[in-house]
Amino acid sequence: MPGPLDYRLSDEQLALQKMAREFARQEISPVALKMDEEEELDPFLIKRLAEYGLQSLNTPVEYGGSGLDAVGICIVLEELAKGCASVAVTSAATALAAYPLLLAGSDEQKKRFLPPIGEGGGLASFCLTEAEAGSDAASITSTAVRYGREYVINGTKAFVSNGGSAEFYLVFASTDRSKKAKGISAFVVPRGTPGLRFGKKLRKMGIRAADTREIILEEVKVPVNNLVGREGQGFVLAMEALDLARPGVGAMSIGIAQAAFEAALNYARERRQFGKPIGDFQTIQNMLADMIMKVEAGRHLVFQAACKLEQGLPFTKEAAMAKAFASDVAMEVTTQAVQVLGGYGFIRDYPVEKYMRDAKIMQIFEGTNQIQRLVIAKQLFA
Amino acid sequence: MNIVVLIKQTFDTEAKIQLTGDGKVSDQGVNLIINPYDEFAVEEAIRIKEAKGGEVTIVSMGGDKAQEAIRQALAMGADKAVLISDPALAEVDHYVAAKVLAKALEGMEYDLILTGWVAIDDQSAQVPGRLAEILGLPQANVVTKLELEDGKAVCHREGDGAVEVLEVPLPAVITAQKGLNEPRYPSLKGIMQAKKKELKKVTLQDLGLSAEEAKAKIVGYQLPEARQAGKVVEGEPADTVRQLVEFLTKEAKVI
Repeated sequence: MPGPLDYRLSDEQLALQKMAREFARQEISPVALKMDEEEELDPFLIKRLAEYGLQSLNTPVEYGGSGLDAVGICIVLEELAKGCASVAVTSAATALAAYPLLLAGSDEQKKRFLPPIGEGGGLASFCLTEAEAGSDAASITSTAVRYGREYVINGTKAFVSNGGSAEFYLVFASTDRSKKAKGISAFVVPRGTPGLRFGKKLRKMGIRAADTREIILEEVKVPVNNLVGREGQGFVLAMEALDLARPGVGAMSIGIAQAAFEAALNYARERRQFGKPIGDFQTIQNMLADMIMKVEAGRHLVFQAACKLEQGLPFTKEAAMAKAFASDVAMEVTTQAVQVLGGYGFIRDYPVEKYMRDAKIMQIFEGTNQIQRLVIAKQLFA
Repeated sequence: MNIVVLIKQTFDTEAKIQLTGDGKVSDQGVNLIINPYDEFAVEEAIRIKEAKGGEVTIVSMGGDKAQEAIRQALAMGADKAVLISDPALAEVDHYVAAKVLAKALEGMEYDLILTGWVAIDDQSAQVPGRLAEILGLPQANVVTKLELEDGKAVCHREGDGAVEVLEVPLPAVITAQKGLNEPRYPSLKGIMQAKKKELKKVTLQDLGLSAEEAKAKIVGYQLPEARQAGKVVEGEPADTVRQLVEFLTKEAKVI
């Protein structure tokens, strides 16, 4: 007989949570609204993140990272997102770009590319999406052609997180267009490679401080030993990396939702109408109860997915469920938080309208929630 | 330079103090932290180690929960730790605490003992001084700046509008005050490595001590009376002044 389900975090996990929570409270939250307003990450904050290992969560210690497992990553990302989703996304996007190297990179490649984003404090970018290839990622048109000891890459990548500020770009391009998905390969393009250009920083609805932009690759030459894995392995690597990162997107969603819930709860305690705190009214109590129920349910889905991943069990369905449910919860709970705060919720001097704007992207990126539902259904009918 | 840092696990500064049914302080739902002044001591020790080498040993007295505070100090960068844990130590006075700590330090090699000048729970500020006396070491308290030169420590103490500079030979007991430094967070890597570091648990018996009667006993705890809401005196100035004076003399009895 299996033992009872243990819902406690270990001492070490609690320590991670405490550290990330303190860091978010003291270093991130105080500058979150300013960064959102200026649409710019505080460079000092990014340096601090790296200093404490919050910037390379998934990279093993031997390659200069923090070497967290999936549960640890989710714990940390939730807390970072509670402080500011843009900061969490910056860290999560770096981790996403590191996954293909961790999955299929050679030891030499890991030693060359990973320490600069761990101890070095740099960011990394995962470049898959193109203007005409979003959910249908296999239809990318970027190409990589081999000439002797080099590949020449051409193409334009859209909505690239950490776009203008990465140490390296994990670029997916087709080495054989006739093979469609099976012709896609993954390459590391280091910052400063001739022909690598950046588009203008995108003006976004949410996660406004995060650096998202177009990446243009024009006759970009990289040595053959920048190919990650084999030719044609790229699409599988991209899908596996997105799978591995997916619980983290759920965790960030829960972080935003938890922050919005707490803001609404505090406000309900303090705001007085009709002679008493609005939290005394059952209407508000019901709203808050609904909010926390969903946040907790989402958090459990996230941890379930992360645990299965860590135990080597199939987790594709669980990760899709965690991502879609948690981000839907984030959208709903942040919207309700704005409602609880009323007019104050609608203005930018309070953080909750930012939570609502930040939540939206969680339903869209790293596989839209509609795609997640298809993934779940595919597993059901498998 | 080898440094011993004494830390105590205390309630979070924001904890709401409540009493249990039998009149003891309840720790239900309370966040436990490293006493903030001890945290300055941990940070200072790690900075000294980073600059001059050596080893930082954390020593704490407390129950099993105190391991959490110790692990945090290890995650910040301390090297190893000793936890003195014994049911007989549940309610000791400062005399016994200092005696037990002194015994635990016997046989350890250190050039410096660092700790906070006061613990935020009982606020006694007694243990470091008593420990220094037992060990026959010089002490410098409430230090906001510490400089180490060969064989001595130069300690700055802040007073009203002036700074006192003390010099003590090493080894010495030096207690930290706010301002000494800004403690770091433990890094993620530090947290992951902390569980691999040595944390030795010792009992009174291991130290060759027996349960000693505390010289002072806690008889009971009382919560302070809840603060009354303020009074607002309303009306015309002449009238309100009269009311106020009457209130101050008759009710509040402060004049």
